Amino acid sequence: MSGAARYRLLLCGLGGLTVVLFLLSLSVGPAAIAFSDSVRALFSDQSDAIALIMKEVRLPRALLGLMIGATLGLSGAALQGYLRNPLAEPGLIGISAAASLGAVLAIYSGLTAMFALALPLAALAAAVVAVIVVQALAGLHGGTLSIILAGVAVSSFAGAMTSLALNLSSNPFAAMEIMFWMLGSLADRSMLHVWLAGPFMITGWAMLALLGRSLDALTLGNDTAASMGVDLRRVQMLAVFGTAASVGAATAVAGAIGFVGLVVPHVLRPLVGARPSRLLPASALGGACVVLAADIAVRIIAPERDVKLGVLTALVGAPFFLWLVYRTRRRLA
Amino acid sequence: MSLLAVRDLKVRLGAVQALDGVSFTVRPGEFVGLIGPNGAGKSTLLRAVLGLVPAQGEITMDGRAAAGMSARERAARIAYLAQEREIAWDVPVETVVALGRTPHRPAFAGLRDADRDAIEQAMRRMEVDGFRQRPATELSGGEKARVLIARALAQDTPLLLADEPAAGLDPGHQIALMRLFAELAAEGRSVVASLHDLGLAARWCSRLVLLARGRIVADGAPEAVLTPQRVREIYGVTAFFGTAAGGNVVQPLDLAEPGGDRPS
Repeated sequence: MSGAARYRLLLCGLGGLTVVLFLLSLSVGPAAIAFSDSVRALFSDQSDAIALIMKEVRLPRALLGLMIGATLGLSGAALQGYLRNPLAEPGLIGISAAASLGAVLAIYSGLTAMFALALPLAALAAAVVAVIVVQALAGLHGGTLSIILAGVAVSSFAGAMTSLALNLSSNPFAAMEIMFWMLGSLADRSMLHVWLAGPFMITGWAMLALLGRSLDALTLGNDTAASMGVDLRRVQMLAVFGTAASVGAATAVAGAIGFVGLVVPHVLRPLVGARPSRLLPASALGGACVVLAADIAVRIIAPERDVKLGVLTALVGAPFFLWLVYRTRRRLA
Repeated sequence: MSLLAVRDLKVRLGAVQALDGVSFTVRPGEFVGLIGPNGAGKSTLLRAVLGLVPAQGEITMDGRAAAGMSARERAARIAYLAQEREIAWDVPVETVVALGRTPHRPAFAGLRDADRDAIEQAMRRMEVDGFRQRPATELSGGEKARVLIARALAQDTPLLLADEPAAGLDPGHQIALMRLFAELAAEGRSVVASLHDLGLAARWCSRLVLLARGRIVADGAPEAVLTPQRVREIYGVTAFFGTAAGGNVVQPLDLAEPGGDRPS
């Protein structure tokens, strides 16, 4: 089978799996609703209890799982391609840490008690500040190393500020809320969150999707890519702002969900012949599958304990990461 | 009309004046060997022509100012073979060579017949079509070099700038590469290649440009550029000069004694 045919098959498979997991996500919950009833309720005009649960609770949760998973997978693949480093992940450029800090400040200052959207809005605002700082530090000709270093600096500072907020919090409930929020979850989100995050995510996806061919050319290094007509400044802008818009919005509504953006591109890379452009759509679908599956798992495994989504992805992701390091080390040796 | 004209090119890298007023032109059908000791500015010159390092001075391609060209317009005129043989991912050889078609493809278009022909021809010329499906990262240094040269050939430009293309190749493949560049020149295209091997440069290039400390010291036919005195002054070595099998032979022999004349 040729590479192109295998690639189409992979995309169809991942697409099908995404649809199945999305429907499963719609049908899992504490309220026992038959699958046929639940789907019917989604498309009905009635406002009975089932329709309410489906439209206000399960649909936004499934939609956010899909969107956030796709965001993490896509941005992880784009950043790994741009930085030519298989260990790059969406959090690397400091956006997740900054968005978390924004959210924490909103909880800490009590803004969230005044109106519900204060949290995601503060997180988005912090993400915007972070991307401006990273882009300014890295400069127009900064190159990939400056971006990584700027991202590390912003992440460290945001992490320190978050710790400070926890440290100084006089209200144990606020500290608890901050802790729980930082673990990452899709529970109790509404369609408002979907509408808030959607435009940013779609803008970010569009920017990252434009990178495909440039990322392929970057396989041979910056100079060679530039000599083949790739505008490196444009690539840097698209990679940084595309990641910031989509990951900033994802973190703003769901908290930090780790390891998906690192692991998913890495698993799928051999299946797409290692071509960065092909990895983008495959990794977006793969990320959606992983987050949807993980969000189903937290509801099934311990429905009454409210295990956080970010905890589960890290629990599964970290051992995988160790294996990854082990394998890379063996190949480098 | 010259393919490439450079006038009074100056590049500063930190505290070092890497290029200090370099002027030269490349016409169609030339195989120019860019020679000079380490740190003379050969790589910087090639990179400055491509706009990869900020430079002062005038660069024109086909009579048009390079400064006003988009990266894509430049890529249609000049292909570049970098000194670093970097391939980041385990992509198949064929995919690497196909990357050379990047500047010729409209956005979101797949490979067309003209692209496929150029890729096939480039792979055959560099004898890499036999292992087209192998991951490029698993190849030996010489094989990888040939794959990357095929990539540059697939770009199908009037001018090729190659930074030490012969480094790491065995004698057979070195000579095959020199023959290929001479062939391209005979077809009316031009090649500018930086070379450390004076023997290859003297025997195969149609013209040599000798660079030292950021300036052009000599520019002309190989016999005119490579004289015993220049080789001693610029490289600090003595060399054997002769002819064999209808071509020039230059073979460096030993370090020259400073100031003194050593019989050769």
